[in-house]
Amino acid sequence: MLHSLALKNLRGKPGRTAVLMILTALLALTVISGTIIVSSLRSGLSSLEDRLGAEIMVVPYEATTKKSFENILLQGSTGYFYMDKSVMDQVSETEGIGELSAQFYLASTSSGCCSIPVQLIGFDPETDFTIQPWIRRSFNEPLKENDIVIGNDLNAFVGDTLQFYGVDCRVAAKLEKTGTSFDTTVFTGFDTIKKMTRASIDKGLNTYKGVDPEAVVSCLLINTSDERSPEEVVNDTNLHNKKVRAVRTKEMISGVSDSLGGVSRIVGILMAAVWVLGGVILLLAFTMSVNERKKEFAVMRVIGASRGLLARTVMSEALAVGLFGSLIGIALGLFIMLPFAGAAEQLLAMPYLLPSAGKTAALAAAALAVSVLTGALTAAVSAYRISRLDTGVILRGDN
Amino acid sequence: MVLKGEGIAKEFIREGRGTNRFPAVSDTDIELAPGTLTVLSGRSGSGKTTLLNMLSGLLPPTRGRVLLGEQDLYSLPDRELSRLRNEKIGVIPQGQTAIHSLTVSENILLPCALYGKPDKSAEAYAAKLMEQLDIAPLAGVRPSELSGGELRRMAIARALIRRPEIIFADEPTGDLDDENTAAVFDFLRSTAHEGAAVLVVTHEASAGDYADRQLVMKAGKIDI
Ligand SMILES: Nc1ncnc2c1ncn2[C@@H]1O[C@H](COP(=O)(O)OP(=O)(O)OP(=O)(O)O)[C@@H](O)[C@H]1O
Ligand SMILES: [Mg+2]
Repeated sequence: MLHSLALKNLRGKPGRTAVLMILTALLALTVISGTIIVSSLRSGLSSLEDRLGAEIMVVPYEATTKKSFENILLQGSTGYFYMDKSVMDQVSETEGIGELSAQFYLASTSSGCCSIPVQLIGFDPETDFTIQPWIRRSFNEPLKENDIVIGNDLNAFVGDTLQFYGVDCRVAAKLEKTGTSFDTTVFTGFDTIKKMTRASIDKGLNTYKGVDPEAVVSCLLINTSDERSPEEVVNDTNLHNKKVRAVRTKEMISGVSDSLGGVSRIVGILMAAVWVLGGVILLLAFTMSVNERKKEFAVMRVIGASRGLLARTVMSEALAVGLFGSLIGIALGLFIMLPFAGAAEQLLAMPYLLPSAGKTAALAAAALAVSVLTGALTAAVSAYRISRLDTGVILRGDN
Repeated sequence: MVLKGEGIAKEFIREGRGTNRFPAVSDTDIELAPGTLTVLSGRSGSGKTTLLNMLSGLLPPTRGRVLLGEQDLYSLPDRELSRLRNEKIGVIPQGQTAIHSLTVSENILLPCALYGKPDKSAEAYAAKLMEQLDIAPLAGVRPSELSGGELRRMAIARALIRRPEIIFADEPTGDLDDENTAAVFDFLRSTAHEGAAVLVVTHEASAGDYADRQLVMKAGKIDI
């Protein structure tokens, strides 16, 4: 009955109730959106780290000066560059190398699946330690000739045939979403990509006219052995090989993690600001709502309501409003954040990977708790004040 | 049950130069017996409402005790005092005292709803009270649509719904016409004669016709 009185009080003042509800909804909306953004950026970054999968990358010197290499891996632009295969033998002599594998890059012209050119990355099935472990999660067989594995955002399906420079390729698998540029990349083995490269040169579509695909690679991926730190291996490699450049992947993505830190901080500050502001406005709104009805609460005292009962009535109202408002806010937040993840990724120009359903549910629950609790906390002030109400004074000859 | 005020006094602190203790009610003994309608009158500001509030358990006195039977009201913790007041003491306060989000009949039944659910007999009694007080057609209406007199009668029904043993009324006929005033006093007297102890604060000269006992208050003291 107490609850129904609280509900009737809420319904009796629809305007006031709507304002309180919108306030809590906004609070919950901000909290859920903010946490989803931050969490998506975090998992985007860690997914990028996972996908790069190597501590060190070695690329032709010119690929680092023109930034083409970073743009391919971090921004999702396309491109390719080559260096002599002999570099691999030289680098492999550096002390402290644990794993070493070459990759071969090519960019497609617009092809059947995709309105935009896609990045093609070829790996050496013998030595690869970054791509195959990942492919295996979606497709646990060795790739056959002309088999390709495509990123999650590409508009093709397993079994489809895609043509790159006249080479018909079968989509053997589609990878899970990473929130990075790898979602628009096509992966294949060395043999297939070299075949495509040769075709691109024959058709005059490759900027490297005289290059022999058998004699070059695009980059080397390195994991160090335990004896030396990546730092040392990078320095050593750069010292002994002038035409190439070794970079630590950590450094390469430090830009990304910096801007992620920046965005997270801004989102955090915004959330805190909305929280404080929302809390203050809620506090005022509850105080007003209760002050306005001081006399009604005094009447409840007159008919025998204890101080605790008054406080509970106020809290019931606040919790009902808070719960409804927060649920609306969270539903709205999910409704905005989930479908527009792609837009967020583009807007922020950063790896962006939505949390899993389970984690999203946990975030939603946390946002619900935060905003209901904020409402309850601010209402508690009014509840306490109303429970201290001096009935005799309020009802004394006031008309 | 008898309600007794033993040497009760109330002093208010008045804003002004220094601490200015103002005695609204000076040490007063008063007894309200079952079956009696007591009328309390006196000039405005003489302390009638203050006395009534103290006796009804709403305002702790500065000194003295209020006993309901053997029970010292103000020695009880708030929860128990509130429940006791809910069951045994009905108050018709001065002024308009509706809960605006509830209908007239919900307002009347609210005392039964604080610590439980109104049962069929409470609902039937509410209907009967509304009938007697001539507000039956207004049962489902919201207080904002009622006249002052109708609101007052609603407050009377609300004070009586728990069939309290002690009833306090502060100017219950303030905004009623003569006919309604007579009806209310009739009603309060018959309630008293059914066994309740009733104290009515009023300026109404005609109240004397209904009173079993008349008290006059002057500057915080009861003049007999
Ligand atoms: N809370 C309070 N603080 C200070 N003074 C008060 C307070 N309540 C009452 N008083 C003072 O106590 C005196 C008695 O007030 P009370 O309301 O009991 O008078 P009353 O006899 O009911 O008057 P009326 O007939 O106008 O209702 C008044 O002078 C009033 O100003
Ligand atoms: Mg008065």
